[in-house]
Amino acid sequence: MLKEKLLELREQALANISSANGLKALQEAQIRFLGKKGPITEVMKSMGKLSAEERPVVGQLANEVRKLIAARIEEKKADLEAKLLEMKLEHEKIDVTLPGRKIATGSPHLLASIIQEVEDLFIGLGFSIEEGPEVEQDYYNFEALNLPKDHPARDMQDSFYITDELLMRTHTSPVQAHTLEKHKGVGPVKVICPGKVYRRDNDDATHSHQFMQIEGLYVDHHVRLSDLKGILTVFAKHMFGADREIRLRPSFFPFTEPSVEMDISCFRCGGHGCNVCKGTGWIEILGAGMVHPNVLRMSGFDPSEYTGFAFGMGPERIAMLKYGIEDIRHFYTNDIRFLRQFNRA
Amino acid sequence: MLVSYKWLQDYVDLSGITPEELADKITNSGIEVEHIVYPGEGLKGIVVGKVESCEQHPEAEKLHLCQVDLGAESVQIVCGAPNVAAGQKVPVATVGARIANNVKIKRAKLRGEISNGMICSLDELGFDHNYVPKEYADGIYVFDDEVPVGADALPYLNLDDAILDLDILVNSAHCMNMIGVAYEVGAILDRPIKLKKPEVIESDQPASEKISISVDAGDKVSYYGARVLNSIKVAPSPRWMQLRLINAGVRPISNVVDVSNYVMLEYGQPLHTFDFDQFGSDHVLVRFAGDHEEITTLDGQLRKLTDEDLLITNGKKGVAVAGVMGGENTEVSRATENVLLEAAIFDPISIRKTAARLQLRSDASSRYEKGLDRNRVALAADRAAELLVRYAHATVLKGIVEVGERTVDEHQITMPWQKINQVLGADFTCEQIVGILRRLNFIVDVEDETMHVSVPARRFDVTIPEDLVEEVGRIYGYNHIPATLPEGTSSHASLTPYQKIRRRVEGLMNSMGLTQAYTYSLTSKENASFYVVNNQGVEPTQVVWPMSEEHAALRQSIVPQLINVAQYHLNRQMPDIKFYEIGKVFLPVKGEARPAEEEHLAGIITGKRTERNWEGESDAVDFFSVKGIVESLLDSLAVGDQIVYAPSKREGMHPGQTADILFKGEVIGYLGTLHPKVEKDYGLSETFVFELAIESLLHHGEADIKYHGLPRFPSTTRDIALVVKRTVAAADLDRVIRENGTPLLKSVRLFDVYEGSHVAPDEKSMAFSLVYFDPERTLTDEEVTIVHEKIVRACAEQLGAELRG
Repeated sequence: MLKEKLLELREQALANISSANGLKALQEAQIRFLGKKGPITEVMKSMGKLSAEERPVVGQLANEVRKLIAARIEEKKADLEAKLLEMKLEHEKIDVTLPGRKIATGSPHLLASIIQEVEDLFIGLGFSIEEGPEVEQDYYNFEALNLPKDHPARDMQDSFYITDELLMRTHTSPVQAHTLEKHKGVGPVKVICPGKVYRRDNDDATHSHQFMQIEGLYVDHHVRLSDLKGILTVFAKHMFGADREIRLRPSFFPFTEPSVEMDISCFRCGGHGCNVCKGTGWIEILGAGMVHPNVLRMSGFDPSEYTGFAFGMGPERIAMLKYGIEDIRHFYTNDIRFLRQFNRA
Repeated sequence: MLVSYKWLQDYVDLSGITPEELADKITNSGIEVEHIVYPGEGLKGIVVGKVESCEQHPEAEKLHLCQVDLGAESVQIVCGAPNVAAGQKVPVATVGARIANNVKIKRAKLRGEISNGMICSLDELGFDHNYVPKEYADGIYVFDDEVPVGADALPYLNLDDAILDLDILVNSAHCMNMIGVAYEVGAILDRPIKLKKPEVIESDQPASEKISISVDAGDKVSYYGARVLNSIKVAPSPRWMQLRLINAGVRPISNVVDVSNYVMLEYGQPLHTFDFDQFGSDHVLVRFAGDHEEITTLDGQLRKLTDEDLLITNGKKGVAVAGVMGGENTEVSRATENVLLEAAIFDPISIRKTAARLQLRSDASSRYEKGLDRNRVALAADRAAELLVRYAHATVLKGIVEVGERTVDEHQITMPWQKINQVLGADFTCEQIVGILRRLNFIVDVEDETMHVSVPARRFDVTIPEDLVEEVGRIYGYNHIPATLPEGTSSHASLTPYQKIRRRVEGLMNSMGLTQAYTYSLTSKENASFYVVNNQGVEPTQVVWPMSEEHAALRQSIVPQLINVAQYHLNRQMPDIKFYEIGKVFLPVKGEARPAEEEHLAGIITGKRTERNWEGESDAVDFFSVKGIVESLLDSLAVGDQIVYAPSKREGMHPGQTADILFKGEVIGYLGTLHPKVEKDYGLSETFVFELAIESLLHHGEADIKYHGLPRFPSTTRDIALVVKRTVAAADLDRVIRENGTPLLKSVRLFDVYEGSHVAPDEKSMAFSLVYFDPERTLTDEEVTIVHEKIVRACAEQLGAELRG
């Protein structure tokens, strides 16, 4: 009898479980069939009335039924939960093409980026970064650079003077003289000097009364012009592309002898001639030369023991060439629409 | 310097070298050829014609009917020029020709008469009117007789020439004359140059009978020579000379003036000619002008001189400002018969100062300023005399009357020849080096390892061994020198601590949404005095001759410049901006002209916090936005906990929304809201700024990082809400809490501020989250409670705080 009852309960329970349409109904079925006062418990309790032969058989069956129901409930539960989760996920669906909450970042100034790129290159080549004052003594701005007071290349009207002896530096070259003095006649001196400089120019598309310069200086025993050429070749390839070539043309600066201008092969046309290089295939990039013995001597270096090279370049010019920027004033107007374009520069 | 390719061929064989090739070679050897001008470019069909007859046009008073022989044919041409006449040889633009400005000549009918071409003026052939000789200025050009009829006219007008424009720098003054250019080109091409010594036919009468010279000018006049030329006939100079002058950018005037200009172009030596009959004495005295002494120069201007100016006088009054410009009183005119010709060497600096002060830079003064061949002065006088004999029928009196030495010794440079290889990094043989220097016409002797070089006076720019290094390098060509990497001690380099931190600051600013600006250091005096961090109200450092009021003073703060940047964007419908700048400010130092330079960081923000998007409009930035930027920055730089913010009042700032930023008790910056009046003046909406003396704060770089092991025991967090008077600052509560929480209290964070109906009107509630922690063990509730209660008590006693119920 009990055996039949168990089998009947099993059928009822399984039907109940499979028809449960929610976790609540399932839980009710669980309580109903497996609860402490449930019918299977009842059967187990009444097993005492059975014979010794029947008892283990019915007991085993009761356990099997109980396990089966419990397993089915677990299965059904997992099934229902999965369905529920699926519904929840379906409900949580969003338009993933909507824009995210961006954290707006600012842009570095293009000139800062250019200067940093040059600095990093030269740090890698063993040059440190030196900076100097922007209000400079006439002596360091001119005289220590082999530009005595009456030198024709010097014109009071080109400079912003503060007193007869003080002016806004017109180039970063005075940092050369300061640095050499600091080294007290002992090389090597290897520095890059970036900074702001000032000239009495009216601001227009190609002139700015304030602009940036980067000066380089290397003084040691046996520094050669060929070394300058080598270093500048590395620079040109780094800044303007690996297939750039350079050429040095003789030029004149009072603080170098010999003096040269460096041209690079045009990065736009590769040297065939275009409007960037004005048809010549070459673009003038910077001035350089071997440090004039007078400059070495005035700053405490013995020119019979030491030689050196120096070069100076304009980050604005480099940027203008590289990106085709048509007006130098853009650098100082700080229009966000200009600056943002060079976020990655 | 305009160099005629045709003229240059007088001295150097240029065969096989086009003007373009020559220009390239000159440029690559050190003197930039800025451009080449072809004066005859575009001209076609211009021939030499002979006017056979010239009659009045029957219908037009101002026109002539000319029958012109063109060699192959004779045609009728109608000509309106007043100076046309039978027998003249003239340039004719034939039918089909092209004249200046690409005008095509067609057969035409003028008042009923056929015209088969046009007789040309120089203007019509493209000559710049400013250089056309006066005699041809208002009419056609007329050749002298030697020109073959029917021939192409262009070569006879030097319109087949090419003009190279050389950019002469300080070191290339030796190329400010044709002979100098010839030496240079000869060296570049490795071709010999041909120079003729002037031959002067002199009369027997010594010039010294007519003139004597004395110089009283210290060392400022190293040579003064004069020749006397009599019975001159002033007339136009010959065609060849006129055309050479025109192509060199000099207007022909008369034979006497033209010769002195021509010799200056050829030799580089400025010459001056006085009308000797107007000279007023038989004595030249060169001296300094007296202070306030006056002279009327050739251009009709009355010039006031100083005692620094060299003056040529007749012993009494001035007749020329030495080296700069002649006096009107002795100017050569059509009537001049006797001429005193001056060839002198004046001090370059003296001439430069005088020319600059009188604002009178002439071809002569610029040559004196840049320097000239000291040894060519008497030759130039001879060359002028030679030409004046030939072209002005002059009688040259015997000898040059002079003071000073005509020539000086050549400069000697002695050096080891190997130095050239050492400096260039090249591998020349001794023969190669000597060869290059000899191409430059330097005299070279080699003794073993030593080289003695004798440098001609024309190369006054070559004085030291390094100059010879350059000469060899540039003539040989730097392109042939190898590129090497330095062999010296390899050295390690890195940024200084401050340079490193500055880069971090830039990165942090960018990541917080601020874009970097670069503004001008020079600004208006008013701007330069505004928004200064410390020592407000100090006059800024100013430049002596500002170019404009806008850039007259050195900024003491960056904020005013950033306000301008904000205004710029607002005016262009870009109201939401965040900018920062790192740069120098210039702070006057008492008793010194030179300001202290300090690098500051400044920022400005205004507008919305973020862009409007699909979630709606964001709030506007406010005081706590700018403060948050500064705090985040200083926290990132590990100094945040040493900074104190104190309320402050600053000009131009909102009196209730401005804080000084203090580090170790010193004001190192400020932040806050712009004063509404300033916002109104600039048309800005609410705008927030900060400025920090970042260099003095961080010049040591960042503190070392100290590692702490991860906590092994849990911490305890307790919240506390305190009611205080509104006047009590958050920072005061924070301080009292911290002071009384040691050592277990590890952090304090304000998480709520409440003012309203649940507290008294003059009170506010502030809630803090306190974290207690001991690295060695787990804290018990009792231990925490003891400290916590101590904190509450201290807040009550010191700030009247009550626990909020």
